[in-house]
Amino acid sequence: MNARRCADVIVVGAGIVGAACARALAQRGLEVQVLDDYRGGATAAGMGHLLVLDDNPAELALSAYSLQCWRDWAPRLPAGCAYRNNGTLWLAADAEELALAAAKQQRLSTHGLDCELLGAAALRAAEPALRADLHGALKVGGDGIVYAPNVVDWLLAHEHIRRCRAQVVELDGAAVRLADGRRLAAGAVVLATGIDAGALCPELPLTPKKGQLLITDRYPREIRHTLVELGYVKSAHQATGPSVACNIQPRPTGQLLIGSSRQFGSRDPGIDGTLLARMLKRAVHYVPGLATLNAIRCWSGLRAASPDGQPLLGPHPHRPGLWLALGHEGLGITTAPGSAELLAAQLCDERPPLPVAPFLPQRLLPEAADA
Amino acid sequence: MKRAYDLAIIGAGPAGISAALAAAASGARIALLDDNPVAGGQIWRDGPQVRLPALARRLRAELAAQANVDCFAATRVVALAGPRGLLLEDEQRGWRLDYARLILCTGARELLLPFPGWTLPGVSGAGGLQALLHGGLPVHGERVVIAGSGPLLLACAASARRHGARVQRIAEQAAWSTLARFAAGLPRWPGKLWQSLRLLDPAYRGASHVIAALGRERLEGVRLRQGGQIVELECERLACGFGLVANTEIAQALGCALRDDAIAVNDWQATACDGIYAAGECTGCGGSELALLEGSIAGYAAVDEHARAQALWPQRQRWQRFAEALRTSFALDPALRHLAAADTLVCRCEDVPYAALAGHAGWHAAKLASRCGMGACQGRVCGAAARTLFGWSRPAPRPPFTPARIATLLELDDEQEPPCAP
Ligand SMILES: Cc1cc2nc3c(=O)[nH]c(=O)nc-3n(C[C@H](O)[C@H](O)[C@H](O)COP(=O)(O)OP(=O)(O)OC[C@H]3O[C@@H](n4cnc5c(N)ncnc54)[C@H](O)[C@@H]3O)c2cc1C
Ligand SMILES: Cc1cc2nc3c(=O)[nH]c(=O)nc-3n(C[C@H](O)[C@H](O)[C@H](O)COP(=O)(O)OP(=O)(O)OC[C@H]3O[C@@H](n4cnc5c(N)ncnc54)[C@H](O)[C@@H]3O)c2cc1C
Repeated sequence: MNARRCADVIVVGAGIVGAACARALAQRGLEVQVLDDYRGGATAAGMGHLLVLDDNPAELALSAYSLQCWRDWAPRLPAGCAYRNNGTLWLAADAEELALAAAKQQRLSTHGLDCELLGAAALRAAEPALRADLHGALKVGGDGIVYAPNVVDWLLAHEHIRRCRAQVVELDGAAVRLADGRRLAAGAVVLATGIDAGALCPELPLTPKKGQLLITDRYPREIRHTLVELGYVKSAHQATGPSVACNIQPRPTGQLLIGSSRQFGSRDPGIDGTLLARMLKRAVHYVPGLATLNAIRCWSGLRAASPDGQPLLGPHPHRPGLWLALGHEGLGITTAPGSAELLAAQLCDERPPLPVAPFLPQRLLPEAADA
Repeated sequence: MKRAYDLAIIGAGPAGISAALAAAASGARIALLDDNPVAGGQIWRDGPQVRLPALARRLRAELAAQANVDCFAATRVVALAGPRGLLLEDEQRGWRLDYARLILCTGARELLLPFPGWTLPGVSGAGGLQALLHGGLPVHGERVVIAGSGPLLLACAASARRHGARVQRIAEQAAWSTLARFAAGLPRWPGKLWQSLRLLDPAYRGASHVIAALGRERLEGVRLRQGGQIVELECERLACGFGLVANTEIAQALGCALRDDAIAVNDWQATACDGIYAAGECTGCGGSELALLEGSIAGYAAVDEHARAQALWPQRQRWQRFAEALRTSFALDPALRHLAAADTLVCRCEDVPYAALAGHAGWHAAKLASRCGMGACQGRVCGAAARTLFGWSRPAPRPPFTPARIATLLELDDEQEPPCAP
């Protein structure tokens, strides 16, 4: 069957990653067709915390580069995107964690990132709502927050981008088949369907890590920075079993967004009450005054995790014409701009702004696929 | 804290009270939960200026006499807790209740539709105005306009007059011919409220609906369409009742099926979920008489007294016909879907105007783009309005069902472990 060539590139999935890729390609003059069936994904569920993570050099490079992109975008983002450069405080509960904070400061500083170690008194002055016995915190000044669903709309509002509601049911090199039977072709297809990529590309090693969040009613602003316990990193990388960590984010509305939890294997969108309670206990442990605030809603989302925790950005090694922008786990809102630049640079044969090797899909897809 | 009951009943309106009384004779341990300070629901509300009807006083007294019925007033069901459990919140604390069987008597709330000026102080729902009057709101000498549809408008007018207000107009959107047909059938359903439906009320107009509330800082007047004409009336209050929306959030969270936006039940008032029953306005609107009967049937069925439940079926059927007559007579004119102007707020919590919603593919997309329904009411008001305005399906409920203290949600931890580092 003949496929109609509809654009230079088809991007499947209009989450933050697909939208950022479409934008990066359109800025290079390519005609981009974006397809999404509006089933919704992680972008609508995420916290929108823009933060540098430094568990390995690749993650640090990608997140730091992406944060620079966000700061460059900031003046142009519409108000609805709710971007704020409010900084992150990594909370140290004891001397051991304070040492961790100091080591983190070292790593981030060598990367030229703005960060400052706060002692107990300075921390209390910065965030009086925190419990009084904390040992200090590392303040990362360049971090921020954003409301990602509206960033998607902003990214896609470009003269070279067409957006269309359609469900892709099959991939075939640089062509796709839609649920209504139509086939569309292009010079390349970028797959950015988040955790649902497995339905189209079963060989991808992506697993869901479910997260639950809670938002409070509006209150007078008492918290300014995003507050994360240093234990978060441990929690985020735990390989099995559910985990929780304190993550409290002040929204520009005066609401507080409270996370975070990780659960393996579950695709059930329902709220796990026990895990929710444990997550909230962590938050109340750090900010005791939270206990009396009203929660208005909880929801959940799925992070798409790759085996090594890093995204897959680049050509599918065994399916010519198909490109992947997937597997962003819990950092895809942050790293969408950098991911898009890495993908677009490869697709357009440019010199990428960062080393791409740690992100190439072939690292996780060594064998020839049966597709 | 955790307690266990044979039967839990959510909602102590007419349906919940009669369910509790019907089930009580069995000796089952029963918990009756309601978020209001005293039992009575929407229709029997206490307040400084209220004298409740004899029936309400009798039912309350009977309820108080049941040793095996624990009434928890001012207690809200905020989430499910485990397979047969509820998370509750009262003024002091959050606590959990486990049940073997459950009856949902969660009633209905008013449908509020946006029109220009509807957010001005002085504008309220028709049921909302009644609640304010019961609460002691002084309206003596004030000019009141009541608009919308259904017998509730007349009940509202009667209350307003009793409190000394001057009712300038009762604007009913249904056509005169329909109203006359409905009124002619009323003697079949003797009941106090329904007899009070007097079409001869000089303020009553059919084929009339609100177009705009007028005023700068607060309400000064109202613009109505009456038949083919536009009229403006000066007034201090406007109460609009466009109908009721069944409270189905808890039922949906439990997995109960819905029918026509209300909880679907069979002849025994049983829902699609084993051991869970529903009665009253949450299964469809039909007035307090039907709610009382359905409550009794559900109460008997839930304690396996099937013969007693079945004996009430004929009476229920009679009032179901009345409910049907209500539904067909007061079906909303599609014109009421187009009252809002581009800048009319649809979501009051988040200040989202009509124009920010129109054109979206559905509730979810509109909500993500505009924040509609993301505020404290969580779409209870604007979600129902959007359903009427755009036909969007109602959002799936997420806990908490109503705002709840974080301390209450901490009770959801089954194992009650001390806070642990990850
Ligand atoms: C609870 C939680 C909290 C998080 N917090 C943060 C945070 O604070 N900071 C951060 O940086 N990241 C965070 N993340 C991670 C972040 O949300 C994700 O990494 C990111 O949104 C992934 O974006 P995406 O575009 O790859 O995927 P998605 O947003 O999932 O988008 C995939 C899109 O593809 C579409 N789609 C899927 N299949 C098809 C098909 N067959 N046909 C057509 N369309 C299809 C879907 O409709 C969807 O729009 C969080 C995630 C979760 C779950
Ligand atoms: C605003 C309003 C005003 C009305 N005014 C009149 C009137 O003046 N005259 C008249 O004849 N009819 C009136 N009605 C209609 C009347 O309510 C019904 O005909 C009938 O009484 C319904 O009885 P019910 O028991 O099904 O529901 P309701 O009387 O509505 O009782 C339901 C109860 O459940 C409680 N509830 C719901 N969810 C929860 C929860 N999560 N946790 C705890 N408690 C919960 C509610 O607070 C309420 O007390 C009114 C309806 C509404 C919505």
